[in-house]
Amino acid sequence: MDWQQLLALTPILLAASISVILLLVIAFVRDHLLTCLITCLGLSGAALSSLISVGDVAQQVTPLLIIDDFSRLFGALILLISLISAWMTYPYLQATDEIREEYYILLALAALGALILIASNHFASMFIGLELVSVSLFAMVGYLAHSRDQVKLTLEAGVKYMVLSGVSSSFLLFGVALVYAYSGSLSMNIFSQPGSPLLAPQYLILGTTMIAIGIAFKMSWVPFHMWTPDVYQGAPAPVTGFLAGGVKIAVFALLIRWLMPIQGPYLPILHNGLMAMAALSMIFGNLLALRQDNLKRLLAYSSIAHMGYAAITLIAAINVGNLSPLLAAEAAGMYLVTYAAVTMLAFTVLSHLAAQDLNYETGQLSHYQGLLWQQPMAGMGLIIAMLALAGMPLTAGFIGKYYVFIAAVDQQLWPLLWLLIIGSAMGLYYYLRVILILVNNTPEAKPTRNWGLTPLIILLGLATLWLGIYPGPSIAWVQLALAGF
Amino acid sequence: MQLLGILISLLAGGLLALLCDRYASAAARWISLTSLLIATVLWLPLWPQAGADASTWLIHTDTVWVQRFGIHILLATDAIGSILIGLTLLLGYIALLSSWGEIKHRVGLFYLNLLFTLAGVIGVFSAMDLFLFFVFWEVMLVPMFLIISIWGHENRRYAALKFFIYTQASSLLMLAAMLTLVLLHYQQTGLLTFSWFALTQTDTDSTIGWWLMLGFYVAFLVKLPGIPVHNWLPDAHTQAPTPGSILLAGILLKTGAYGLLRFVFPLFPQAAAEFAPIAITLGVISILYAAKLAFAQSDLKRLIAYTSISHMGFVSLGIFAWNSLSLQGTMIQMIAHGLSSAALFAIAGLLQQRLHSRDLNRMGGLWQLAPKLSAFTMLFSLAALGLPGLGNFVGEFVVLLGSFQVYPWATAIAALGMVLAPVYALFILQKGFFGPPNELVQNGVADLSARELLMLGILAVGLIILGFWPNLILDLSAAPIHHLLQRGG
Repeated sequence: MDWQQLLALTPILLAASISVILLLVIAFVRDHLLTCLITCLGLSGAALSSLISVGDVAQQVTPLLIIDDFSRLFGALILLISLISAWMTYPYLQATDEIREEYYILLALAALGALILIASNHFASMFIGLELVSVSLFAMVGYLAHSRDQVKLTLEAGVKYMVLSGVSSSFLLFGVALVYAYSGSLSMNIFSQPGSPLLAPQYLILGTTMIAIGIAFKMSWVPFHMWTPDVYQGAPAPVTGFLAGGVKIAVFALLIRWLMPIQGPYLPILHNGLMAMAALSMIFGNLLALRQDNLKRLLAYSSIAHMGYAAITLIAAINVGNLSPLLAAEAAGMYLVTYAAVTMLAFTVLSHLAAQDLNYETGQLSHYQGLLWQQPMAGMGLIIAMLALAGMPLTAGFIGKYYVFIAAVDQQLWPLLWLLIIGSAMGLYYYLRVILILVNNTPEAKPTRNWGLTPLIILLGLATLWLGIYPGPSIAWVQLALAGF
Repeated sequence: MQLLGILISLLAGGLLALLCDRYASAAARWISLTSLLIATVLWLPLWPQAGADASTWLIHTDTVWVQRFGIHILLATDAIGSILIGLTLLLGYIALLSSWGEIKHRVGLFYLNLLFTLAGVIGVFSAMDLFLFFVFWEVMLVPMFLIISIWGHENRRYAALKFFIYTQASSLLMLAAMLTLVLLHYQQTGLLTFSWFALTQTDTDSTIGWWLMLGFYVAFLVKLPGIPVHNWLPDAHTQAPTPGSILLAGILLKTGAYGLLRFVFPLFPQAAAEFAPIAITLGVISILYAAKLAFAQSDLKRLIAYTSISHMGFVSLGIFAWNSLSLQGTMIQMIAHGLSSAALFAIAGLLQQRLHSRDLNRMGGLWQLAPKLSAFTMLFSLAALGLPGLGNFVGEFVVLLGSFQVYPWATAIAALGMVLAPVYALFILQKGFFGPPNELVQNGVADLSARELLMLGILAVGLIILGFWPNLILDLSAAPIHHLLQRGG
C-alpha cells in the first residue's frame, strides 16, 4: 500500500478514528455536548475529505476496497446522513436519563460500516461493512430500552432486528461461500466476467440467490420485510431515521455497484427475482400502510413500498436502455438522494417531537391532531415530507418518482409501471390522511414555542424543496458519481 | 415576461398575506386584492387585438430548467390561453369578494392557498412545456386540497381526500403517457424535449398513440369531469367553502377542457379522431344523466355541482366534434359556465351564511324577504337553463350547431339536455324562492349587501355581454382555433 492509496482511504480512516477518540474522551470526561460535537466534527471532516478528492483517479486499495467517485460521493452522502442523525439525537438523548455518550460511538461505527459497504467490491469487505452496520444498530435500536415508557416495544425491536439480521447474514455468508467454492474468488467482479471457465452456473445461481436474499432483508423487500414495522416502531425516532435513511441507502448503493456491470447466465434469475420482489413490495407495502393508525408503522410500510419503486430502477439498470445506458443507474442514484432527504426530514420532525413529549414517540396518529397549529414549523416539515413521499412535483419525491417512471418507460417495463401507478395512487390515501390529521382544527390548538430541532427541520425542508425545484446540480452530481462505471 | 410577472405577483402576494396575517387579519385581504390587481394590470397587454396577430404565439419566457431532459420553463399564450387567464383572474376577484365575509379564521393562510390556486391554474393555461404543465397541473391541487380540508363544511376531509386522489391518480397515467411520448419523439428525432411545439410534430399514428392518448384523456376527463369518473365533484363542490366552490367550478374544471383542446387532439390527431365517437357518447351521457341526477338533489350545492357535470358534457361534445364551429362554441361555453356556475355557488354560499343550511326543502318563500338575492338567482338559473340573451345559450347552441354536422344523432340526443336544464333550474326557484316562507326563513333573511351586489353584478354583466356580443370572444378565438385544427388534422 502506497501513500496514494492511504490518502484515498482518508474518509474511512477519519470515520474509524471517531469511535476511538470518543472511547478515549469518554474515559476521561463524560460530557454529552462534547461527545456530540466531536462526532459531528469527525463526520463532517470525513465528508469534506471525501468531497475534496472527487475527480481523483479511482484507487483499488487492497483487493477489498475501491475508492472511486461513486464511493466518494455516496460516502459523503452517508456521512452527511450520519451527521444529521447525530444532530437529531442530541436533544432526544438530552431528554432521557440514560447514559448518553456511548451512543455516538455506535453511530460512528455504523457510519464507518456504511462507508465500507459503499466502497467494497469484494465479498469480504461487503460482509465486514454489513456486519459493522448491523451490530451497531442492534445496540442502537435497543439503546433506550430501560428509560423509555415503551420498554417492551423497544426490546422487541432490538431482539427482532438482531435475530433477523443474524439470519440474513447467515444467508449471505452461505451464498458467498457457494460462490467462492465454485469460482475460487471472492471478488464481486467475477459476476461481470461471463467467459470465465471456472463458473458452474447452477451453484452460482444458488449462491447469488442467497446473497440476494441476505441483501433483500436489509432492503426490507417483501417477502423479507417482516421486521420492518416492528423495528421502526420500537426503535427511538433518531435511530429509525438512520435505519431508514442511512442503512438502506448504503445497501442500495452496494447493489448499484454490484448489479450495474453484471452479465452472465444467472442474469434471468436476478432479474426475475428483483421483479417479483419489486412487485410484491409495491403491492403489500402500500396495502398494509393504508389502515395504519401509527405514524412510525405507516412510514415503515411506506419505506417498503418506496424500496419497491427503487428496485424498478435496478431492474432497468440490468438491461441497457435506448435513452442512454446510464439512465437507469442515474435514476437509482437520484432516487437514493431524494429519498434520503425526504426520510431524514420526516424523522427529524419525529425526533423533534419525541424529545418534547413521549406521546409522540409511540407514533400514534391521534397525538398529531392539529400539529400544524401547535407547532407550525414541525407541522409544515411533516406536511412537506408527506407530499414528497406522495411524489408531488416541486418536492424531492417527485424527482425520484419521475426518474423511476422514465427508467421504466425506457425499458418498457409496463407491468411494473402499472403497479407503480396503482401503488402511488394508494399511497396518496395514507399520506394525505396524515396531512388531514395535521391540519385538523382542534379547539385547544395553541402555538407552542420550542426550538429543539427546528433549524434542522427548516434546513431539510428547504433541501427537499430545492431538490424538487432545481434538480440540475444533484443530477450532475449523480452523473459524476456514476461516470466511472 | 408578463406571464412570469403574473405568477410571481400572485405567489408573492400569497406569502405576504400569510406573513401579515399575524398583525392584522384585514391586511391579508387587501394584500390579496393588490396582488390580483397587479396581476390584472400585467395581463391587460395580453388581450390580443382582434385580427391577424391573434393567431400568433406570444412566447414570454423560455429558460432552461433541467438541462438533462431538455425541460424548459416555457410560458406562452395564444388567444385561447389569454382568454382563460382573464377568466381566472376575474373569478379570482369573485372568490376574494365572497371570502371577504365568510372566512374568519386563519385568514392569511386562506389567501395564500387562494392565490396559489390561481397561480397554479394560470400556469396550466400558459405552460407550453409538458413537464412544466404537469408540475402546475399537480401543484394546483395542494392549495385546493387545503382549502377544502381546513375551511370546508361538515364532511370536508372525505371530500378533500376524494378530490385529490381522483385527480392525482389519473394524472399519473398522464405522466406515464407523457414520458412515453417524449421518448417516442426522442427515438424519431434524437431530440430530448418536452416542448409542445416539438412534440406535436411526433408521429403518433400507431397503436401506441392510442394508449398514450387514453392516458391524457383520462386525466382530463377526471378534471372536466365526465361520466364515469365524475364522482369526486359533487362531494368536493358541496364541502368546499364558497370561494373554493367558485374556483373549482369556475376555473379548475376548465383546465380539463383546456387540456383536451390543447393536448389530446394536437398531440394524437389520429387516435383522438378514432376515439371521438366513444368520447362523444360519454359526453352525451354526461349531459343527460347528470341533469337527471341534479333534479334528484335537495342539497343546493350538490344540485349545482351536478348541473356543472351536465354543462361540461357539452364541452366534451364540442371538442371531440373538432370543427371550427363546435370549438368556438366550446370556448363560449367554458366562459359562460365559469361565470354562471360561480354565480350559483356564490348564491348558495350566501344562503348558507344566512340560513346555515343548503337544504332546498327547508327554504321557500325567499323572494318576499330578499328580493334582490332572489332576482339574481332567477337570472343565473335562467342562464343555466340556456335562455337566449345570456352566455350559456350561445355556447350550447353553437356547440350543437357545430357537432350536428359531424354527429347528427348524438347531437340530437344531447339537445334533450336543453329540455332537462329548465327542469332543474326552475326546481331551484320553485322550491327555494316561491311559495310561503318555510321554517328556515321564519326569522327574516338579510338581502344583499353592497359587496355581494357588486360580486353578483359583475357576473351578471359578464353573462349578458357574452350573450349579446359573443363576437368579442369569437373573433379572438377564431384564429388560434383554426391553427389548432390544422395541427390536429
